[in-house]
Amino acid sequence: MAKVFFTANLQRHVDCPMAEADGATMRDVLEAVFAENPRLKGYVVDDQGAIRKHMGVIVDGVVLADRVRQADRVQPHSQIHVMQALSGG
Amino acid sequence: MTDRLIVSTRKGLFHIARKAKGWEIESVDFLGDNVSLARLDRRNGAFYAALDHGHFGVKMHRKDKGGDWVELPAPAFPEKPEDLDERDGWGRPLPWTVMRVWSLEPGGADQPGTLWCGTIPGALFRSDDRGASWRWIKSLWDHPGRKRWMGGGADYPGIHSIMVDPRGSDTVRLGVSCGGVWETKDGGETWACRANGMRAEFMPPEFSADPEVQDPHLVVQSPSNPDRLWSQHHNGIFITSDCSANWSEIRDVSPSSFGFAVAVHPREPDTAWFVPGVKDEQRYPVGGALVVTRTRDGGKSFDVLRNGLPQSHAYDIVYRHALAIDASGDRLAFGSTTGNLFVSENQGDDWIAVSGTLPPIHAVSFG
Repeated sequence: MAKVFFTANLQRHVDCPMAEADGATMRDVLEAVFAENPRLKGYVVDDQGAIRKHMGVIVDGVVLADRVRQADRVQPHSQIHVMQALSGG
Repeated sequence: MTDRLIVSTRKGLFHIARKAKGWEIESVDFLGDNVSLARLDRRNGAFYAALDHGHFGVKMHRKDKGGDWVELPAPAFPEKPEDLDERDGWGRPLPWTVMRVWSLEPGGADQPGTLWCGTIPGALFRSDDRGASWRWIKSLWDHPGRKRWMGGGADYPGIHSIMVDPRGSDTVRLGVSCGGVWETKDGGETWACRANGMRAEFMPPEFSADPEVQDPHLVVQSPSNPDRLWSQHHNGIFITSDCSANWSEIRDVSPSSFGFAVAVHPREPDTAWFVPGVKDEQRYPVGGALVVTRTRDGGKSFDVLRNGLPQSHAYDIVYRHALAIDASGDRLAFGSTTGNLFVSENQGDDWIAVSGTLPPIHAVSFG
């Protein structure tokens, strides 16, 4: 199963320890995580299911390419980091 | 007289209370977080707070009387049809995602669970279960006039004013920047624009009188004469005596008729307050002197109220939801972008500084 780690800054608002989930794509993995933790979903994706504008996702060291549909492939042992897309300051 | 204030700021929700020694900050909720709007539902004593977490989006919380804050679902757009090319009145792509809760209003006393919520982008949502779920008002979104709305001070258009008519809860009016004043008489099934007489100087002459492009910064309805509405508009102060069918401009208001906020007296429909500033492209108190203007005769004349307010090098701007009046009509309060909070207990004749060090203030209300 892929492991999903969430930014510590998100923990202040919603309980989101590291999660493990199966899925062929990033969308599959996220949906599996959100199914277990429904309140988390709105903090990570917007009304249309796209990664929020100021959030970033890194899969095995590579920035998620498809922020709208999250069609990027995920491996069974992928390490995924859901982070704030910080840009300076 | 109401002895409590709730103040929504960039860094938390502040509760202010009138104690023996005067007005004091009593407590802070959501310290460090951006509370874009909070309000008390007087029907049942519940508080609602809308938060904008930036990275993590818009959230809604409720605190029932005697309880703790609980997160509720935030209003959200439905899935956007894949082939739909949605654009605002300027032709710019318009996202189907809530970016800010800009207005929140309880329904009438006969609809105890009902809340109305206006957002940026300009959508209206209704809850009939005290915020446990929200329904997107598709009838307004699908209206051809809605598609002409465009961003004013914000990137996208938004609904900042919601007025539930005290004579019937199914009649609801909205103020939209930029998009005019909108009215439903059937609980949100059908809508019509009601901004005849407003003037949009920022548009080419052929559009300046167009009701659907107007920028009323805030619209308020007189509780004692619901046919009387006031608007602090981008281009001045406007008033209607026929329930928004026709608006008239009030001209030559000193020191300025530009501003965001307006408050109307609960029992005197001709009495209203404003906080003026240098007009749109600069936005600071005229001459660096912070004043409140008050009319008692429906806009024929204005008092300029400055006792207790800083009169030099003051650069406070008071946003549209940051001027409040209590049920007595004697107490007013306002908060500014520079974190000043003032209270008056005599209809604005004199002002008391409650704090000068608060975070930027988005909204103030009694409750």
